[in-house]
Amino acid sequence: MADVMTRLEPDTRAAARGLSDLSIRNLFIIPTIAFLIIFNVFPLIYSLYTAFTDYRASTSAPANWIGLGNFRELLNDPNIWRNFTITAKYVVISVTGQVFVGFGLAMLLNRPIPLKGLITTLLLLPMMLSPAVVGLFWKLLYDPSFGIINFFLGLGKFEWLADPQMALWAVAIVDIWMWSPFVMLLSLAGLSAVPKHLYEAAEIDRAGPFYTFFRITLPLVAPILMIAIIFRTMEAFKTFDHAYILSTQPTTELIAIRLYKMAFLEWQTGMSSAFAYIVLIVVVAITNIYVKYLNKAKAR
Amino acid sequence: MHRSYYRLLTGAAAIALSASAASSQELTIFWAEWDPANYLQELVNEYEAETGVVVTVETTPWQDFQTKAFTEFNAKGSAYDMIVGDSQWLGAASEAGHYVDLTQFFNDNKLGEIMAPATVKYYAEYPGNSGKYWAVPAEGDAVGWSYRKDWFEDPAEMAAFKEKYGYDLAVPQDWNQLIDIAEFFHRPDQNRYGIAIYTDNSYDGLIMGVENALFSYGGNLGDYETYQVDGILNSPESIAGLEAYRKLYGFTPPGWSKTFFVENNQAITEGLAAMSMNYFAFFPALVNPATNPNAEVTGFFANPKGPNGEQFAALGGQGISIVSYSENQEEAFKFLEWFIKEETQKRWAELGGYTAHAATLESEEFRNATPYNEAFYQTMFMVKDFWAVPEYAELLTAANARIYPYIVGGEGTAKEVLDALTADWEETFRKYGRIQ
Repeated sequence: MADVMTRLEPDTRAAARGLSDLSIRNLFIIPTIAFLIIFNVFPLIYSLYTAFTDYRASTSAPANWIGLGNFRELLNDPNIWRNFTITAKYVVISVTGQVFVGFGLAMLLNRPIPLKGLITTLLLLPMMLSPAVVGLFWKLLYDPSFGIINFFLGLGKFEWLADPQMALWAVAIVDIWMWSPFVMLLSLAGLSAVPKHLYEAAEIDRAGPFYTFFRITLPLVAPILMIAIIFRTMEAFKTFDHAYILSTQPTTELIAIRLYKMAFLEWQTGMSSAFAYIVLIVVVAITNIYVKYLNKAKAR
Repeated sequence: MHRSYYRLLTGAAAIALSASAASSQELTIFWAEWDPANYLQELVNEYEAETGVVVTVETTPWQDFQTKAFTEFNAKGSAYDMIVGDSQWLGAASEAGHYVDLTQFFNDNKLGEIMAPATVKYYAEYPGNSGKYWAVPAEGDAVGWSYRKDWFEDPAEMAAFKEKYGYDLAVPQDWNQLIDIAEFFHRPDQNRYGIAIYTDNSYDGLIMGVENALFSYGGNLGDYETYQVDGILNSPESIAGLEAYRKLYGFTPPGWSKTFFVENNQAITEGLAAMSMNYFAFFPALVNPATNPNAEVTGFFANPKGPNGEQFAALGGQGISIVSYSENQEEAFKFLEWFIKEETQKRWAELGGYTAHAATLESEEFRNATPYNEAFYQTMFMVKDFWAVPEYAELLTAANARIYPYIVGGEGTAKEVLDALTADWEETFRKYGRIQ
């Protein structure tokens, strides 16, 4: 460490001001660590404590320790299980859709086509938009009176968001539209890294396109595709913005929305902290499963 | 060097002192972002002219209003000196000590006699009949109806209506007529629809809408003193009210599944619906030709009677409270003393605010001031409100979750919905020790 510190050029401005390497480290690292402790670590530990209490931030009553009471109540609440079921369904629809659309687009773009750069940039635009804005304009697109989706699909005055069964699909379609470019981008990186000589060898061996895809392309892109799936699963699990804006159907009440209502509308602070930890455990568990698969794919 | 240093220091101290003196002459009122808040800002500008105290009305969109207000309360922040809070917050805010107890002020100024009885009961007092007051009724409001006079008065429509229903087409006198008229004008092929109602379940929109039917059909949400729900919320009258609201949903324009005050005014301004439910506070936009091309042909009426002759409407509106953490409470009390004066209340009404001041409300001048003031005056004497207990948000969440799928998706029956909601609410009351 001391070696690294002495490598600074003696004629730098910092040296001229008389700031020691230690001072520079303290100036930059200590504030960052303090920031992380105050805004990340402390809330994490404090919320873990409140998860075991009946604390309500809207009252001046002190927090009483109730042990696993909140966890017990949440896990016995059929409505919470319904929220988990809805979220699981949403994650499956959304991530599957994104993988198919994103990977399909990457396959198309991984060949010589005119204006490839421009097309790729345009395709990336949805994921650069704010989810709240996306929610608002998709609400207009889905409008049964003047929305262009019904117009193009010839669905008349079909109510995408008012239909309890269709609403979740409508929200998932928006997520697919928004985040398929992310999967496309990672897949494109993976596809461009596949050695060309493997395809040449397959061609010499007269391998068909399906054989080439399943035996060369997919296995080599799988690790990076798995990373995309991990990221998108974690993100889809905590979807809030566009789902909250698009629909208030109970059939689209994802866990993040339920958590928000519990914490900031009903002010059940202790209960919502416990709920947040349950969600965290679920996400970590799912991610671990994916990581195991990722490691297997890498080993192959 | 030293001299200039001390001069600088003296200057800075003087500035700091003057800033502190200035801040003691400033008051901040927090409210939701809507027209009445703009009218209040105009009114308080006059207070500033009289007293030199700068009063700012700070606003936030309705969707954030509750969250932002309670976040500030929970942090014991002094950003707001007063708040024009929703009536259902009274329990939560008073029990948590966020509001200053105004009982003494209320009694000294005889506000129980000066303000309209319903506004005292629902905007100021908590618990019910306790004689403890936490707010001064500020913006009286309730749900009323606007309608297309030209459609109603069209001779061809009148004849067709009479032939179909056997009575004259006119402003509905009861909920059966309201449903008939909505059905009559519901013509999707002509892009013309019967009625616009509240369906947004993200806060209290849908429940407020349903209350108009449920209360007028003779139903109730429960006994606010004993917390009994079973047999009241799921009574045959409440069930009939909920069924009536579901019927009305069938005559709304397409895509009417998440609508509140903005969309319901648009139903009239865009010529979509024959009748539209909304808070009176939003009616000024409907008589203004700049915002409503149909302003000349828009009429207003109070929520009609139910089949048994009972007539009620859902209460909106708010009272103004002093925030416990304000550093300017004395100044806030002085402001309230000015606000409750009869001349201030008259001016408040002139600017567009809905005064809760009984004498002003009852005056011919007020009742004839706009096409909707008469309906407002009638409504303010027949209002009922949602629960104001601290756990009201949990009750509201459960109500939205149960009622919305029935109204919008047609899932289950009204009886099943209200029975399930009764069980939910009883569980919540049991959790908070209100019932055994």
